[in-house]
Order: sequence, then C-alpha cells, then structure tokens
Amino acid sequence: MDGSPGAVVARALTKRYGRFEAVRGIDFTAVERSCFGFLGPNGAGKTTTMKMISCTSPPSSGTLSVLGLPVLEQARTIKGRMGVVPQENNLDEEVSVLENLLIYARYFGIRKDVARPRAEEQLAFVQLEDKRDRQITQLSGGMKRRLLIARALMNEPEILILDEPTTGLDPQARHLVWEKLRTLKRAGVTLLLTTHYMEEAAQLCDRLVIMDEGRILVEGSPRELVAAHTTRQVVEMFEPPEEVHSALASIEGSVKRVERLADRWLFYTDDGDETLGKVRTLPIDPGSVWLRGGTLEDVFLSLTGRSLIE
Amino acid sequence: MSATTADARTIVRVPRVSLSHAWRYWLRNATIFKHTYRLSLLAWFFEPLFYLIAMGLGLGRYLPQVQGIKYIDFIAPGLVALTAMYGATFETTWNAFFKMERAGIYGAAVSTPLALEDVALGEALWATTRAMIYGGAFIIVAAPFGVINSWWSVLAPFALALIGLLFAFVGLSFTYLVKKVDFLSYYWTLFLTPMFMFSGIFFPLGKLPGWVQTLAWFMPLRHAVELMRALLVNGEPGDAMRAALWLAVVTVAVFPVPLRLLRRRLQS
Repeated sequence: MDGSPGAVVARALTKRYGRFEAVRGIDFTAVERSCFGFLGPNGAGKTTTMKMISCTSPPSSGTLSVLGLPVLEQARTIKGRMGVVPQENNLDEEVSVLENLLIYARYFGIRKDVARPRAEEQLAFVQLEDKRDRQITQLSGGMKRRLLIARALMNEPEILILDEPTTGLDPQARHLVWEKLRTLKRAGVTLLLTTHYMEEAAQLCDRLVIMDEGRILVEGSPRELVAAHTTRQVVEMFEPPEEVHSALASIEGSVKRVERLADRWLFYTDDGDETLGKVRTLPIDPGSVWLRGGTLEDVFLSLTGRSLIE
Repeated sequence: MSATTADARTIVRVPRVSLSHAWRYWLRNATIFKHTYRLSLLAWFFEPLFYLIAMGLGLGRYLPQVQGIKYIDFIAPGLVALTAMYGATFETTWNAFFKMERAGIYGAAVSTPLALEDVALGEALWATTRAMIYGGAFIIVAAPFGVINSWWSVLAPFALALIGLLFAFVGLSFTYLVKKVDFLSYYWTLFLTPMFMFSGIFFPLGKLPGWVQTLAWFMPLRHAVELMRALLVNGEPGDAMRAALWLAVVTVAVFPVPLRLLRRRLQS
C-alpha cells in the first residue's frame, strides 16, 4: 500500500457554509484500485465530502487532490476521468435508455462511433441490454440505478463516486449492484462510496471511515474496526422478564459493555459461550436469547450513538 | 504538486466559459427537442399567429394605412419579434427552472467536464435556436399574407439570433435568481407584458407622451420590433443598424450575468 500515490488524498480538508462547518479538517487517503467507504449518520459530512471530491463544491480550506491533481485548478480534467453515480435519479426522462448514455457520452466529447458500441457494452454489463429502447419511466428503481452506473462508466473512469448506491433497492437489485461494483474494482477502478448500510460497507469496502459531525472518528478495514472498536461477540436478549433483571445485572461485571434498550439487552463480550451459559441458567425463554458475532453496525452505533439524527 | 490550497480568492474566481463545452449541452437540448417538439412547438407559436389574423385582418379593415403601409404589414414584423422573444423566454424560464431544480439535469451535466458556466451558455444558445425556429416558422406562415416586402429580409435569421440571445440571457438571469418557480410568473406579468404593450407592435409609439417613449426606449422588445420592421417591411438598413446595435450592446453587457448567478446559486 505504501508508495501508492493515492487516488484521492485529503489533508485538513474543511468545508464551511457561512459559520457552519460541515467538514472539519479531515485527512484520508483512498488508495488506487481499492474501495473506500464513508459511513456516518445524516449530517455527518459524507455527501459534502463526496461533492468536494467530484469537483462540484470547492473546499473552504485544506488540500484535496484527485488522481494527483488539485481539485480547484484541474476540475475539468479530473471530471473527465471520473464517474459519478448520484443518489437521486437525474436521467433524461424524455429519451430512451440508449439515448441517455449517448447524450452523457457527448458531455465528455466522446465521438459517436465510439460512444455507440460502448453504450451497448455498458448496458450489457448492467444487464439492461434488452431495455435499450425503453423510456426511463418504464424502468424500475433498480434498473434506473443500474442505468446511472452504466452512464457513469461511459467515459471509462479511473474513479467511480457512488452516493448511497443501493438505498431504496430490493435485495435482489442490491446484490446485483454489489456484484457489478466488485467486478469494476477487480478491473482496476477505484471506488469511493457513502452508505448507511453496514453490510454494504463490510461487503465492498477495503477501507472505510466513520464520520460524525464533520469529523472522522475512525478509519480502517471493516475487520480492523470490528476488532478494535467492539467485542468479538454479542449476546442479545429480547424483552427479558422483569424478575430476571437483577440477576442479569449481576452478569454485567463479567462482560465488556452492556446496553439496555427499550426492548433488548445487549452484552458485549469476548467470550460469548461463557456469557451465554450464565444467561441460560436464568428463567428466560431460550428463543429470546441469541449469540452473534460483533459487527460493523455495533462499531457504528457505539461511536455515533443510538439517538435518531434528523 | 498534488496539493492545492483553497482560499477565498480562488473560490470566487469565475472559470472561463468554454464554447465547445456549451455546445455539448446545446446538443443535449437539441436531442430532447427532437422527441418533444410536436408537443411544445404549438403553444407559443399560435398565440402571435392569432394576433396577426385577428388584429391584422379584423382591426385592419377599419384602419387606414399606418405609417404608409397596410396595418397587417405594420404588425407582422413586430409579431415575428414577439414570437422569437416567447421562444427564448419559455425555454429560459419554465424549462430551465425545471431542468435545474426538478430533473437534476444541471447536476448531471456538471458531473462531467462541463462547468456551470458552460451549461448556462449552452442553455442560452439553445434558447436562441428556439427563437430562430419559432420566428422563422412565423415568417414562413405570415409570408402568404404579403407581409415580406424587402430584400433585407434575408438578414432575418441574424436578427432573430440577436433577439433570441438577448432574451435568453435576460430570462436566464431572472430564472437563476428566483428561489421558487411561482416567481417566474412575475417575469411575464411585470416585464414581458408591458413590453408587449409598449414596444410598437400594434401602433407607432410617436404619439405617446414623451416619458412613455423614453421608458420604451429602454425596453429590448421595442428595438427588436424596430429591427424586424426595418428588415422585413421597410427595407431601411439605417434603422436596422441602429436597433441591432442597441440589442448587441445590451446582449454583451448582460452575457456574464446569468453565468455568475448560476454559479452563485448552485455552487455549494
């Protein structure tokens, strides 16, 4: 990893809107040909960071380079070598699937005789070749998202930026998008994505940062983060009866951390079997108790809290 | 090398607009138009045509000649200018607002090598094209009424382009300024309608009070009407030149305004 210039390098990157600091001096390096993720609750500064990387929002201070080029001075060059998949559908509704790709290719100055076969190729890649003459309004949400990905690939980008690529998709569509993104990464495309889904981050990202209130809280691979910021295992109990609460409380001392929610108790522990054994001695419905591994979601919630952010 | 320091000056600096990139956005609009023109062409084209028939043939029966020409010949060139104005204005108000705020078309375009300024210029050039299509179609339809009396009419496409470009820049400036689509109505009622009344389309301005004439001199449509009338009917290159000069100077002056306003609005 060392020695690689980094597809995206940010140092003390800051974005202010008036007196509000949306991004507060963050540092990260997204290595070439890898997938780098931004996680965080709403308002964490993920989307603002993505906008700065895609050269549509100038940084207020700090440095940001993409493909070794400074974003402010070289925006046109960078954008020509980058693909952007937006969160909201912004396809041209008036024309067909194929024409959407051709219009977009023209923005990059790609000649028609090159754009045409490439459009067919990208449609085949996202499995929309039989929809090439359809109107946009006839496509499902998953198809539109795949078309947005195909469109972002028309200039054969070195970096692909994805803002919540699978939000709102059904599981089949989501798995198809993941599969396509992994194929792209293998082909050497650097991926940068934001997501709310911890499973998505765990599935796709080589490295990720968890952001909150404009700052990066932690950075690492999904595995590293789980190892460093949560326990190996978690024992969950669904609505334990009132009469065992004091007995459960006595177990607390033997685990790393306890969380009591309205409907659940969570014991964070490195020895799940031992903790589970203790719980099993109590008069609790065995179906309401289960043991699972620590996940990225546990890391996320312990770092950013459970309160709802709106 | 790879690093860049952002400071306030680099952010406010407006990057140069690129004509070749603006052209790519023009092509996008032209492609969409090929699919939708059957629906959109009609509305803004027929209104001036109704004026021509109703006023020219109807009112014209009761009027002696106006400034030495038949009444229908007097109003036809003004209606050509009006058609061009409508063509450019519709594109740069409702259409541009929809593309920018609802459909995300601007957002998609600036994710590519296009800059915001290129999109604004491409939008203006496309609106100019529409002004030329509408105005040209109107001339062709009006020709059988005998309204074209001068060889200077061959310059009509250039005149339509100039008129279209000016109204495109003015229309975009307003659209990029307003926060809500509802405010676009004020552009029509407070700016376009008075111009429609006081730009000498239906009657010569010479008999109006002096201050009204002075006010009218500042209205772009008045000069657009004069330009079309000088070319199509009167064949007076001097008048045409004077009107074209007014329009050209104002067009050049207004040109940077929508580009800056769009950046101020969308660059977050």
